Amino acid sequence: MTSLLFAQLGTPHRIQTPSVAWSGLLPVLVLLGGAVVLMVVGALLPRRSRHSWHLWLTLLIAAGSIGCAVPLWFRVRDHGPLSILRDAVRVDGLALFLGIVIVVGVMLAALLTDGYLRREELEGPEPYVLLMLSATGGLLMASANDLIVMFLGLEILSLAVYVLAGLHVRRLRSGEAAMKYFVLGGFSSAFFLYGIALAYGATGSTNLTDIQRFLATNTLTNNGLLLASFALLLVGFGFKVAAAPFHSWAPDVYEGSPSPVVSFMASAVKAAAFAGLIRVFVYAFALDRHDWQPIVYVVAVLTLLVGSVLAVVQTNVKRMLAYSSINHAGFVLVGVQAASDRGVRSALFYLATYTFMVAGSFGVVTIVGRRGDNRHQLDDYKGLARTEPLLAFAFLVFLLAQAGVPFTSGLWAKFYVIGAAVEARSFWLALVAMLSTVISAFLYLRIVLAMYGGADEADEAAPAVPRLRIPFAARIALVVSVVATIGFGLVPGPLTHASKTAVPKIAAGK
Amino acid sequence: MRDLIWMIPALPLAGFALLLAFGKRLGEPLAGWLGTATVAGSFVVTLGVFLTLRTDGGADHRLTQSLFTWVPAGSFKADLGFLVDPLSISMCLFVTGIAALIHLYSIGYMHGDPRYHVFFTYLNLFVFSMLMLVLGDNLLVTFLGWEGVGACSYFLISFWFSEEANASAGKKAFVTNRVGDWGFMCATFFTFSALGTLSYTGIIDGASALPRSTATVIALLLFVGAVGKSAQLPLYVWLPDAMAGPTPVSALFHAATMVTAGVYLMVRINPVLAASAHWLPTLIATVGAVTALFAATIALAQNDIKKVLAYSTVSQLGYMFLAVGSGAYVGAIFHMITHAFFKALLFLGAGSVIHGMGDEQDMRRMGALRKLMPITAATFIVGWLAIAGVPPFSGFFSKDEILVYAWQKSPVLWAIGFVTAILTAFYMARQVYLVFFGDARWGEPVPEAAASPAANEAQQSAAEVDDTTATDANDEAPVAAHAASDAGADGHGHEAHADVHPHESPWTMTLPLVVLAVGAIVAGALNMPFFDRLKVLEHWLAPVVEHGQAHLTVSSGLKVGLGVVTVVGALVAFALARLVYLRGRQDVAEQIEQPVFARGWYYDSSIAAFMGGPGRRLFDAVSWFDRTIIDGAVNGVATLVRGGGDRVRVLQSGYVRNYALGVAFGAIVLVGLLLSRAVF
Repeated sequence: MTSLLFAQLGTPHRIQTPSVAWSGLLPVLVLLGGAVVLMVVGALLPRRSRHSWHLWLTLLIAAGSIGCAVPLWFRVRDHGPLSILRDAVRVDGLALFLGIVIVVGVMLAALLTDGYLRREELEGPEPYVLLMLSATGGLLMASANDLIVMFLGLEILSLAVYVLAGLHVRRLRSGEAAMKYFVLGGFSSAFFLYGIALAYGATGSTNLTDIQRFLATNTLTNNGLLLASFALLLVGFGFKVAAAPFHSWAPDVYEGSPSPVVSFMASAVKAAAFAGLIRVFVYAFALDRHDWQPIVYVVAVLTLLVGSVLAVVQTNVKRMLAYSSINHAGFVLVGVQAASDRGVRSALFYLATYTFMVAGSFGVVTIVGRRGDNRHQLDDYKGLARTEPLLAFAFLVFLLAQAGVPFTSGLWAKFYVIGAAVEARSFWLALVAMLSTVISAFLYLRIVLAMYGGADEADEAAPAVPRLRIPFAARIALVVSVVATIGFGLVPGPLTHASKTAVPKIAAGK
Repeated sequence: MRDLIWMIPALPLAGFALLLAFGKRLGEPLAGWLGTATVAGSFVVTLGVFLTLRTDGGADHRLTQSLFTWVPAGSFKADLGFLVDPLSISMCLFVTGIAALIHLYSIGYMHGDPRYHVFFTYLNLFVFSMLMLVLGDNLLVTFLGWEGVGACSYFLISFWFSEEANASAGKKAFVTNRVGDWGFMCATFFTFSALGTLSYTGIIDGASALPRSTATVIALLLFVGAVGKSAQLPLYVWLPDAMAGPTPVSALFHAATMVTAGVYLMVRINPVLAASAHWLPTLIATVGAVTALFAATIALAQNDIKKVLAYSTVSQLGYMFLAVGSGAYVGAIFHMITHAFFKALLFLGAGSVIHGMGDEQDMRRMGALRKLMPITAATFIVGWLAIAGVPPFSGFFSKDEILVYAWQKSPVLWAIGFVTAILTAFYMARQVYLVFFGDARWGEPVPEAAASPAANEAQQSAAEVDDTTATDANDEAPVAAHAASDAGADGHGHEAHADVHPHESPWTMTLPLVVLAVGAIVAGALNMPFFDRLKVLEHWLAPVVEHGQAHLTVSSGLKVGLGVVTVVGALVAFALARLVYLRGRQDVAEQIEQPVFARGWYYDSSIAAFMGGPGRRLFDAVSWFDRTIIDGAVNGVATLVRGGGDRVRVLQSGYVRNYALGVAFGAIVLVGLLLSRAVF
């Protein structure tokens, strides 16, 4: 029987499987494998322990992932990008830079999670596993060179975050946030997938290199399909980065989700989504930038204004920070809109520095939220400088950095972005960006005033409120974030240099 | 040592950080010793770098060290780097050396102050900033140091801020220095736009290719900066008031180092000055000479021991600018070094006197202190002879060199400098006689505004005081040979000074005095005239100033003549002062101490009057504009934002279906916008 089969097939075909440069995928694989291992080991470790096994393992795995990324960084810098899996994945400076940013986001969020789980009497390795799985999706997005791979990454990233949002099982709002995020996330993914389909229809490929080549060599007589795909892809990315008008989920979800998870959403998820946005629009659709630039321009203006204006009228600090993170997304969009080397560099710089600021901010929010994660009103911050001077100082640093005050990394981040916009002659956009900074400075100063003023009122309230407990791990996260924020503020050189190395050359205009 | 350049400023910075963190816990005197040790360590490193530069500096005598790119912004790039050349290392040597001595001195001087550690924290930060200023390899790093020393100066002038006068003196220094800083910043912008770099190497190499007008503008603006920092006319007003700070601060900041930063800057950019219009050096020389004379006349009539020295500093800085303007860059640096020694010495001596007299600053209530404070008196007299230009003390050589160059520039400038030199000898002699010789007048009431240390108001009163002491006019009053506790027994039996017990200061204070006195005597050996081989400093600095240094063409005979004339002038002034202040020629003293001098030619009060009158009205108008128009606009925007936010937040209903509708609506708009591009 078998001989007959062979006879029919003739000599067995040698099927050429693609040779895979596994080393290029190591950062992703370490994170993915580590997550699985942690899940298994977690079953063996005690569910509750005095020691934070899960945290340290997570940190170890994340550090391992960064450890694999660093040699790759130098290899890519010296020998050009690696193209893996038949060009479905491309490991280049951009992927590695934002990959490291994402993993740093994981580490900071994990450090905050430990104390949070103990305080809320939650348990288990699952939050850490989900953080790492989500980051795996993020790394995949950052290095995807194919729209399908990008979609896969997006979904891996999102599904884990949906679950993370509902982590606090006893808290009703947490469940509500997870639900809202999931439904709306699914809705936007549909747009994104449809956008991929249209792009395939217009260009005949989902591979970004192919798409770019196709658009460079052919002129479409009717590019309606392509333009529609731009719009739909932008909806998908815009939702993930919380750009207006697709931002409406963000305040509700941020408010309801556990605060450490929010720090991850605001830092790593945004970084991953921007990585995708930059790959698809700035690089693959580089030649059609005159078509998409005005749209991104409009979205950026809306995002900047919505983020800053609506933040001002909030009284809940978590919601304020949610709107402010929308505002920051607007800033990164300003860099993307420039569609230049300099613009991408400034966006990368912004994302890297913003990760520390936002992780630190939500770290403070996690601690001040106290048991139940509910004390997020502005009043809860009154007199914080008196009771917890160091914590208040850390928050002060993060808030000033977000406002773009000198000697913090925020200044340079905003400066480079606006510089890129000016270079691209988007003067009005630069002006709106600066205006929104002024408006949102008001919001940050409001929190600062609450912390450093209002002492007399706090005096009466003081005996009723027990002292805040700042877990050791969270301390590390805060110290690292403060040091990074001020360090990059004083010496931005190394980071700008890295972002310069990360950004590959863009194809010349038409 | 080449790679250790960064250690020079890093040590005081580390001291600053340590004191900031642990200063309170260290307390007195450990905090002081820590501060002193870091600066002394910095001095040792500087010595090492200096020796390396001598043996191993290469042809251009330059060592550079770039730590990292500090500000990368487009085509603009500034490194945090250091440039060690003969000029900067010479500055470093005397800055760290004198600073170490003054730190040591402060350990004793600040004894018992509740904010002891804070004082040393600022002092270390100051030394760090000063070294950054001097060592920086570009204008931006220098500016960082420039503002750093300024900030420390404002902090320390108002160190005892609980007194209104000290706080406002700090404010005055701050506001006045803004004008100079404006000049510095504009010069930086101009330099970048003209040369595309801020590094000194680039500026020095590119200066000769600069168009004359550009070079003039840059040099002029830097000169404005220098005028502010170095207290020249018309921006000198802050320096006399800056004496409100602790005396070691006056010695370190406002005499030896910080105020010479302007001179350093001028020497540093001498190629730009050489490339600029010819009227600019003349202007600089004139400003310097006029300031020197102007301040010397004011110093004649001051009664506050520190005010005399303050105006004398302004006057000596004027000499340095006269030197810069005359092309005697080496002379300027030479005088800066010798001045650092003798003026720091004089200030510290004054501090020792103030300390010993129990915080008395009015010279009319001193006298006859030489027996009670022998070391202070002896060293102070050395400082006096040095500043008066008596050979072989250091001041003679440096001042003489400047005057020779001034002669070559214009005999008028020389004449101003010469008159100033005589006045200097006179008012310093007056100070020495009033403080260390004559009768003991401790604690005597000074009629009219007795307690006011602000000498401006208390001019005529000097006359009355001298009346009371003039009866006993033996040239060296036989007072105070006995212990101070034996109060009522001096020549006149005034009971008033029963509480004042002048005493010599502890060794931490007298040791720096002795070291500085030795420096004040021998520093002249750095650049002896006549024999070429003896001009050590000139050869050493030659690579730095080769573009700008004027060549001396006057004959040796004339040089000798000028020197002799100056010395004779100084000696005559001594004799006159002795006649007036020891022999009690009260009528002459009154003639000399004109109210117009005592009140600083009414310069300060005119400014105050202007600012209080028309200026005030102008600022009121500006403030009205700010309140109504600018704030109005800001508040309007805020109201608009709030109103808009309140209205828009209605959309945030909390229902998923509404959010989904929002997303869908947004998507439709985007598709519509993009497709409209396809259709049209």
